[in-house]
Amino acid sequence: MKLKIADKEFNSRLFTGTGKFKSSKEMEEALLASGSELVTMALKRVNVDDKEDDILSHLNHQQFNWLPNTSGVRNAKEAVFAAQLAREALETNWIKLEIHPDPKYLMPDPIETLKAAEELVKEGFIVLPYIHADPVLCKRLEEVGTHAVMPLGSPIGSNKGLRTDDFLKIIVEQSNVPVVVDAGIGAPSHAAYAMELGADAVLVNTAIAVSENPVAMAKAFKMAVEAGRMAYEAKLGQESAKAEASSPLTSFLNED
Amino acid sequence: MRFTEKIKEYKWEQIQEDIYRKTAADVEHALCKREVNLEDFKALISPAAEPYLEQMAQKSHQLTLQRFGKTIQMYAPLYLSNECQNICTYCGFSLDVKIERKTLNEQEILDEIKVLKSYGYDHVLIVTGEANKTVGMDYFKRMIPLIKSHFSHIAMEVQPLDQEDYQTLIQLGVNTVLVYQETYNENNYKKHHPKGKKSNFNYRLDTHDRLGSAGIHKMGVGVLIGLEDWRTDSFFAAAHLDFLEKKYWKTNYSVSFPRLRPCAGGVELKSVMTDKQLVQLICAYRIFNQEVELSMSTRESEQFRNHVIKLGITSISADSKTDPGGYSNPKVNLEQFEIHDKRTTSQFAKAIINQGYEPVFKGWDKSLQQ
Repeated sequence: MKLKIADKEFNSRLFTGTGKFKSSKEMEEALLASGSELVTMALKRVNVDDKEDDILSHLNHQQFNWLPNTSGVRNAKEAVFAAQLAREALETNWIKLEIHPDPKYLMPDPIETLKAAEELVKEGFIVLPYIHADPVLCKRLEEVGTHAVMPLGSPIGSNKGLRTDDFLKIIVEQSNVPVVVDAGIGAPSHAAYAMELGADAVLVNTAIAVSENPVAMAKAFKMAVEAGRMAYEAKLGQESAKAEASSPLTSFLNED
Repeated sequence: MRFTEKIKEYKWEQIQEDIYRKTAADVEHALCKREVNLEDFKALISPAAEPYLEQMAQKSHQLTLQRFGKTIQMYAPLYLSNECQNICTYCGFSLDVKIERKTLNEQEILDEIKVLKSYGYDHVLIVTGEANKTVGMDYFKRMIPLIKSHFSHIAMEVQPLDQEDYQTLIQLGVNTVLVYQETYNENNYKKHHPKGKKSNFNYRLDTHDRLGSAGIHKMGVGVLIGLEDWRTDSFFAAAHLDFLEKKYWKTNYSVSFPRLRPCAGGVELKSVMTDKQLVQLICAYRIFNQEVELSMSTRESEQFRNHVIKLGITSISADSKTDPGGYSNPKVNLEQFEIHDKRTTSQFAKAIINQGYEPVFKGWDKSLQQ
């Protein structure tokens, strides 16, 4: 089954970011190779008044849907303002809501995010909020009408993988909206793991952009995401610590 | 607690002794650790770390790449005035230096902006001397809105101000304020700043607490390398950064490495830092703090700046003029310090691209600070 967020269907479950590349051309090539159909860009990096903006002009492909993000804002008020500006300038009502008042670890602020999400949904935005892997917060966001939730695997840009997997499992189990694991995915194996857990999609940026060969890395992520999803749909076997050949507790039932 | 209190925990002589006593084992320990603390920073800036320079550079490069990617933020200084009531022994704008004094008016500022915009700049650093009557808050209140409308990001490097003034400047759209302590050695500070408001060591030292309380988006710390033993002075700057970061946790931070050259204005230097030592310091900062912006001006040479891009620097200026009016009227010669790298912005941008990095001109949006 295809992934659907709001009214949009996606063939690819790999979402990508546009930061940290050595050039816009390299970004374009890598993102095309990734098969990604949803790419996020920071409002602070693009020149929204300039039709020929270097980043945007390299993202002008049928394949890409644009997901502007609010990176840089520190509270709900700033986030709502930035989202409005992005909608007007980039002609999309999709917004990746990220509010991190802490510039060191870029930890998302749950209180301000919920506040902003509620306001933006009312204003007709398709809201994808970046948050901690907090199952309760995910339900609260779902209740105010966000179209997906984007819990983190580990701190943004850290490449540490899914350190929050116990909580991600709860979120996946409970969620009625797509779950996109965002942040911390540093290797294709991390992405595959997220998909095996039942995440609907992952968002990857640093691991692709900072690699020696971003195009090859983008392809590796594409394959990993597909493999992980396929495994999830094919139903993974249960893990077990030891072989289960005999049944010491119930074998007596078979005795004549 | 403010830093003027906190600094009492650090005794200059003790810190200096600690640094010079660090051993190869301390350096190796610091290089292996995941969380590097101030004690490790002492080891990384110590003479014992000099044989580990390549390892430090490799680590700094990796850490910077992961956090900042293959990008370098570009900015340009915009000197508005060289009037100054202070005497600073090392500075070309010092009250006792006989140069023509100049403060730009609205039209002259617009002329400068026009040139900077034609080079592609979107982040600007406003610089002035300290002359509160002519270049004080009234002047800033008139000129900042004028400048703000042309740039995405406004930084200031002017005299320390009161907290209310900083609040006003933030409302006018100032994103970043840089104030360097020059030296954290109070006795030596007084020798180099004998006259003017700047001679008040503690008022300057308290500036970042006032900025933090005012809610500034980014602030910069640093020392003027050469006034004191650079290792000890840099430890104090790192301790200052560490203190501020924990207290004003919503603020971004920046560190800069202005290095005095021998014979600058005839001032006697306590230590002369070599290129190797500057690289050591840059790498030490990055290993100590992965998120801090490390900034470099055109004081350094072409060759040095080309290479340092990969070593941890994340923000850099080019094609700078350090005299008010210098961009639109390059003939006047009222420079604050001598520029070593004289390449044009586009030449320097090409050098960045050749290193496999993207020169970023827009890394902020004025809509993000409400």
